[in-house]
Amino acid sequence: MKKAVIQLGTLTCPMCVQKIDSAVKGLDGVEKESVKVLFNSSKVKLEFDDDKVSTEDIEKAITALGYEVKSARAR
Amino acid sequence: MQRFILSKKNQITLIGAILLVIGYIARFALENIAITNGAFFIAGVIGFLPIGIQAYQAIKVRVISIDLLVTIAVIGAFYIGEYEESAVVTFLFLFGAFLEQRTLNKTRLAIKELTEMVPETALKQMDNGDFEEVDIWDVDEGDILLVKTGARIPVDGTILVGQGNVNEASITGESLPVVKEVGKEVYAGTILENGTIQVRADRIGEDTTFGKIIELVEEAQDSKSEAERFIDKFSKWYTPVVLILGIIVFLLTRNLELAITILVLGCPGALVIGVPVSNVAGLGNGAKNGVLLKGSEVIQDFSRVDTVVFDKTGTLTIGNPEVADTAVYDNDNLDNIFAYIASVEKESDHPLAKAVVDYIGESKAYPVTNTKVIKGAGIVADVDGHRVAVGNLALMEAEKVVISDKAYEDLKRFEEKGNSLVITALDGELKMLMGIRDQIRPNVKKDLNKLKKLGVRNLIVLSGDNQGTVDVVAKELGLTKAHGHMLPEDKSEYIKKLQAGGQIVAFVGDGVNDSPSLALAEIGIAMGSGTDVAIETSDVVLMKSDFSHLAHALGLAKATAANMKQNIVIAVGVVLILLASVFFSDWMSMSIGMLVHQGSILAVIFNGMRLIYYKLR
Repeated sequence: MKKAVIQLGTLTCPMCVQKIDSAVKGLDGVEKESVKVLFNSSKVKLEFDDDKVSTEDIEKAITALGYEVKSARAR
Repeated sequence: MQRFILSKKNQITLIGAILLVIGYIARFALENIAITNGAFFIAGVIGFLPIGIQAYQAIKVRVISIDLLVTIAVIGAFYIGEYEESAVVTFLFLFGAFLEQRTLNKTRLAIKELTEMVPETALKQMDNGDFEEVDIWDVDEGDILLVKTGARIPVDGTILVGQGNVNEASITGESLPVVKEVGKEVYAGTILENGTIQVRADRIGEDTTFGKIIELVEEAQDSKSEAERFIDKFSKWYTPVVLILGIIVFLLTRNLELAITILVLGCPGALVIGVPVSNVAGLGNGAKNGVLLKGSEVIQDFSRVDTVVFDKTGTLTIGNPEVADTAVYDNDNLDNIFAYIASVEKESDHPLAKAVVDYIGESKAYPVTNTKVIKGAGIVADVDGHRVAVGNLALMEAEKVVISDKAYEDLKRFEEKGNSLVITALDGELKMLMGIRDQIRPNVKKDLNKLKKLGVRNLIVLSGDNQGTVDVVAKELGLTKAHGHMLPEDKSEYIKKLQAGGQIVAFVGDGVNDSPSLALAEIGIAMGSGTDVAIETSDVVLMKSDFSHLAHALGLAKATAANMKQNIVIAVGVVLILLASVFFSDWMSMSIGMLVHQGSILAVIFNGMRLIYYKLR
């Protein structure tokens, strides 16, 4: 189980949080309970199983919604 | 393709603006309908693209978003040939989002700067012994890191090699640098002002003290009060309801224009953004001024506080007691007596004993034997063939020391001045009386008056010291109540009583031994250094032991709470006016609706931004 912090471009509507939240939670291998989308710091924090899903997959799910990913780190 | 369009949103907005201008010039100056319609049509189509894509992507993750409302409205406008409307609406929607992003960034700047105080990279010792620059995420516990002059220390760790002056203002609020040598702990986010050190990483990332502060602040920004959670739930259902309402209106009236106008007017804009904006701007102001407020619930509670309870030592006073008055009853032997007292008091680590040793300074050191410490009374020992007793009145009575009438008068006088008493007897004879006082922090009185002006009715001090001392402090500072002889559990008991009486209590303490009271009070305020305990148990952390921050914190909480209310009024007011005018006026259109809408969003953001510059007068 790895922990990731993803820095996004500025989020402007609380609705965006809802979208990103459901998109990330929809990925197989992401620990649903751990997903936190922080509106003001425009960050996503989550835990995931790196056998099932990679940070790139998570990044892709977010950019597909139209949000910029500035950096994605995991450890 | 989709991603390309989304990444070029700003350019699309600009093109939309240019096309709109061309369209209006063509209409009013050239009076050329073909160019006008053409420009508006193209502007509408390209403006529609990013919005439509966002709406589609949201549906894919089962979210009905504002984008969807606008998308349907714009398609409807195209259908009935309203090219101008669709061009204006898409432009305003995109331009509004652009402005919101810019202004929101400003409200978040203070906290962002705080979080960026930890370096992104570190110089890590590799297997071959050389130091190489690596990403901070590649540093593990136990790694050895090199920190050079002027750099920020990237981890909590222990110095292995070298020494230097470290500025720890980011953790303790103290701006004077501290000297750190081998074996000393250093903290992430602090600055090495000179020297070069090698540090073993003990704690990294979110486990460091500074990491915890950042996490607290970041989560505080997004923490929600009950009212906000309600708004959130409300807005989740609100958008679909507006969509259904639009459909119903269309089915009933067969008026497509009215239906799509409702879709645009119904966008939940200012309502969902208003409160978070006030919250983040208020917290940002606090973070910049050394005040950490733990979220919007804390702001609400804090703004309603009517009673503030203080710990005395280390809170109202500096916490560093000093000998203030002395009376001598044997002038002949003074040097010897001082030397005896110092020798005995050096055996104790009691704060009063420390004050006595500091006061006497350099003196002959005698060997001390048969030392007996009597708890809550003092210390007795044999020095240089004499029996020396140093302590309070109870100890003197136990030692059967005769206290003269004059000495009694001195005792009374000293106590009235707010002193703690240290009496010395040599072989059962009274020799010396010392009055020890803790200095009140500078400017406390002025700051307490500010609290009163902000509407705090009761200022209460609770202390473990004797009642006389506490009374003096209370009188000098103009406090409403003062209670001495209190153990930590008595303090929390007292706070419970106040709460039972309906008062909303804030407790101010040093965060070390008062954690029960900090936790119990509606608002627990920890003064001074950002210790872990203080950060965890308190609701408000004052990074610097400066009292003026307390008044600022309260003023800020009140201003922020008021700002949230203003924003709710603006948001709800605008929606009501828009909906009313759609049914009862003939000037309302999609474009005007969108304009008012984006205007109200910017209004709440600008209103929130005022908090960034808030200063207590």
